[in-house]
Amino acid sequence: MTDITIGIGGAAGDGLDKTGDTLARTAARLGLYVYAYNSYQSVIRGGHIWLRIRLGQEKVESHGDHLSALIALNQDSIERHAPEVEPGGVVLFNADKLRANIPLRDRVITVPLPITELTRSFGRIQPVMQNTVALGALLFLLGLDFEIAAGVLTDTFAYKGKPVVEQNVGLARAGYDYARDRFVPLGCQWSFSRKRRPFITGNEAFSLGAVAGGCKFYSAYPMTPASSILHWMAAHAERCGVVVKQCEDELAVVNMAIGAGLAGVRALCGTSGGGFALMTEAIGQAGMIEAPVVIIEVQRGGPSTGIPTKTEQADLNQVFGASQGDFPRIIIAPTNAADCFHTAVEALNLAETYQLPVIIISDLLLSEHPETIEPETLTATVPIERGELVTEWSAENGRYKRYAFTPSGVSPRALPGTANTLYVAATDEHDEEGIVISDVFTNPAVRRKIAEKRMRKLDHALGDLPAPQLAGPLDADVTLIGWGSTQGVIREAGGQLAAAGIRANHLQVKYLFPFHAREVSELLGRSKRTICIEANATGQFARHLRAETGFGVHDRILKYDGEPFEPHYIKEQVLAILEGHLRSLEVTPAEAREIAYHYIRTHLNEELRPGRIEKADSDGGGESVWRIEIIHRDSGKKQGELCVGINTGATHIPAAGAS
Amino acid sequence: MATVTAPSLTVKDFKSEVHNDWCPGCGDFGIVTALQMALAKLQLAPHQVVVVSGIGCSGKTPHYMHTYGFHTLHGRVMPSVTGLKLANHKLTVIGVGGDGDAYGIGAGHFVNGGRRNLDITYLVFNNDVYALTKGQASPTIKKGMKTKSMSEASIMEALNPVALGLACGYTFVARGYALDVKHLAELIAQGIRHRGSALIDIFQTCPTYNDLHTKTWYEGKDKSQSRLLKLEETDYDPVVHHPSDSGEVSRKKAQALLKSEEDSERLPIGVFFKMEVPTYEEYLRQKGVLSEEPQATLDTIFRRDIQPLLDALA
Repeated sequence: MTDITIGIGGAAGDGLDKTGDTLARTAARLGLYVYAYNSYQSVIRGGHIWLRIRLGQEKVESHGDHLSALIALNQDSIERHAPEVEPGGVVLFNADKLRANIPLRDRVITVPLPITELTRSFGRIQPVMQNTVALGALLFLLGLDFEIAAGVLTDTFAYKGKPVVEQNVGLARAGYDYARDRFVPLGCQWSFSRKRRPFITGNEAFSLGAVAGGCKFYSAYPMTPASSILHWMAAHAERCGVVVKQCEDELAVVNMAIGAGLAGVRALCGTSGGGFALMTEAIGQAGMIEAPVVIIEVQRGGPSTGIPTKTEQADLNQVFGASQGDFPRIIIAPTNAADCFHTAVEALNLAETYQLPVIIISDLLLSEHPETIEPETLTATVPIERGELVTEWSAENGRYKRYAFTPSGVSPRALPGTANTLYVAATDEHDEEGIVISDVFTNPAVRRKIAEKRMRKLDHALGDLPAPQLAGPLDADVTLIGWGSTQGVIREAGGQLAAAGIRANHLQVKYLFPFHAREVSELLGRSKRTICIEANATGQFARHLRAETGFGVHDRILKYDGEPFEPHYIKEQVLAILEGHLRSLEVTPAEAREIAYHYIRTHLNEELRPGRIEKADSDGGGESVWRIEIIHRDSGKKQGELCVGINTGATHIPAAGAS
Repeated sequence: MATVTAPSLTVKDFKSEVHNDWCPGCGDFGIVTALQMALAKLQLAPHQVVVVSGIGCSGKTPHYMHTYGFHTLHGRVMPSVTGLKLANHKLTVIGVGGDGDAYGIGAGHFVNGGRRNLDITYLVFNNDVYALTKGQASPTIKKGMKTKSMSEASIMEALNPVALGLACGYTFVARGYALDVKHLAELIAQGIRHRGSALIDIFQTCPTYNDLHTKTWYEGKDKSQSRLLKLEETDYDPVVHHPSDSGEVSRKKAQALLKSEEDSERLPIGVFFKMEVPTYEEYLRQKGVLSEEPQATLDTIFRRDIQPLLDALA
């Protein structure tokens, strides 16, 4: 085995992120590739947190389809996830508190850890430290080098002092030794290159890229999943000379950034869909006054407040439609963490070169999941392109025209503070000098020419942006189309399809606006069958593609349950489409179990869990149902039943005596 | 505050050639003239000054000024001012907006702008109505008041701008009158000179839509009947002499608050409150985020070497 996924399940506050981080960094220092995804909830404590960490000898670009090992920090996690552990895998848990009371797959070994006994010599320990013992045991089972993990723990806890470091390393050692004395390793065949790769999230990459690109102003209002950019910037404000402003609302956020951009600093702001909605009027303002500004929109599940801690790609219509009127804007959807770094630099350059708003559209998955990236791809020295600036102007040159009508549409920019270039940047329509033509001096001819001047900038910008390329064989059976964060998972699904005998190629679009309509039309015109894959309910990109090119995709694979795509899901959907199956919206047995869990949590009590699930013809409600036993966690004794409609997902308790 | 230049500048140096389309007799003429007089008095170079406006009649102010101008969106004067000032703290940044812009649609920014105490000046043109959209009621119109442009009298309480300014933390709070240009120019000059956020709420007549608070209403038929009372002609002392004395700060704020509630017979104008404490920019300087040189004129590569940060990641 050289590609494995470890799951850590527990409640918020169980400290599983730290445990996962230590494991991931250990693997990364050994030269393995790592990709992690934390499925969490918007609560400070409690709830269900499910962190998956995939380690690979070769590059891994999603959290994958498999579960090889589970560290369960509560009973709920054992019940939910232990059955998913694949043959040959392992389930670790605190034997003093939890038990493996659920059937497991063949050859799955359980490692019940006697935590009290193993930690006795350490005196009183905090509950989260039991995780470190489990981590130690897992290190042995996975064949990872203990000394490297000890180094990671030392670095992690250095700020807390030597005793804390020693305690953590000791606890991990206790777990490691316990496993070594009693179990055999899982049989991972690693060959450690020990090449150290940064293990960072998209938001960290955005922040680093922005600073490298000369960003000097960052404003934001706290909003998941964009907040970690604000945290990074605040922590590095002094070091990097960035004015970081947490504002009263997103209206202030974007207007401050525009004010700073107008004054001549590279300004950036970040938000999620709801905050972006508040920013929209000002984004049009930036287009109108030709001020450079970069906005990062990190999508989460919508609409409205939606599902703040879940991922989605459903804000595309919003970024295309933001603000009234026609104005130039550039929209970029980076495709992985390393790309986030370069996109931040590129966006700052484009914003100043073309004097317009640039929107970077990310999503929770891309912004928050950490992955290893090649250190060579991150460079401290990046190009800075500021566009045409007027730094000196003699009165003999005549009047300075801030919005001079030029062939490129770009009017050389003077910054406030420069002598002899006074002007007003007005949100009202204006002439070349900035004098408004909105009230007494309305003028259709001037209006037409300045509107064209602004939009002309996009024709030139499009030429600067690389057109998307088709990856894979030109004569493929099927073309998979995606945008933004789905690049890795679609690529991996393509590999799985190839293994299943289906030749797929792949078009991933990064530059959404302006759009390479001609190039994309040519590429797709040669495709036999096209499937657009996106994480939203209505196929927003497919619609954009059609609007820009007239090309309608044959099929769509859409996902909007808040969890990211997995390679096998895409593969199975593609196969089903190719076999002519219509997309089913029926509740699956796994979903029925999740719905039952939700019902138990909200209406019953934590002592219960779903048991046997079977299909029943009708319940009198007009549809077939999943009939689910509700059983007692300890005794397994049936306590009741719940029905879930197969089509609608409606829940109800069946009448007594009904069958 | 920008550097003083020679040769000496006059009001004319701050006037633009752009045609002015305010209604004849509008109080805004008085305000823009007073602003030009204040800038001439302080001898600020026009290219070191930015006048930032919102939307409405007052929004046109930058176009009539020979300075840099930023005519922003409705209500967004304060964040625009903040971004500009933080990007280039050597510029003199002056916000102008109507009562609807500042206290209505921009109220959240007005409140939080006061808390920041940037070294800026904010002039609010207060005429009780939304004039450019034909005279609808604004947040400062008194309960029971009905101008000729309104179909019914207001049934909401009026907002007290001076009291709100004090509550938000503006460190210079004053009130002027648009048609006493000399007095207003002096107030604006004091506001610009003040190190911190200065709020000047300005009683502004709207001859087109506000037929209640007219020139005659404010000034009476002769000086003896004027409703306006100049605070500096009384024994009122607005200054906090020892800002570290929290007792004095509270007493001076309470005094200003009471004074702002006096609106039956005589309406006080002048400086209500003044306290010099470190500005937002000064705190950022202390923290090492801002330098002596403004962000906007620094080379963009300044402190952007991230190699050590990248090295630390692996």
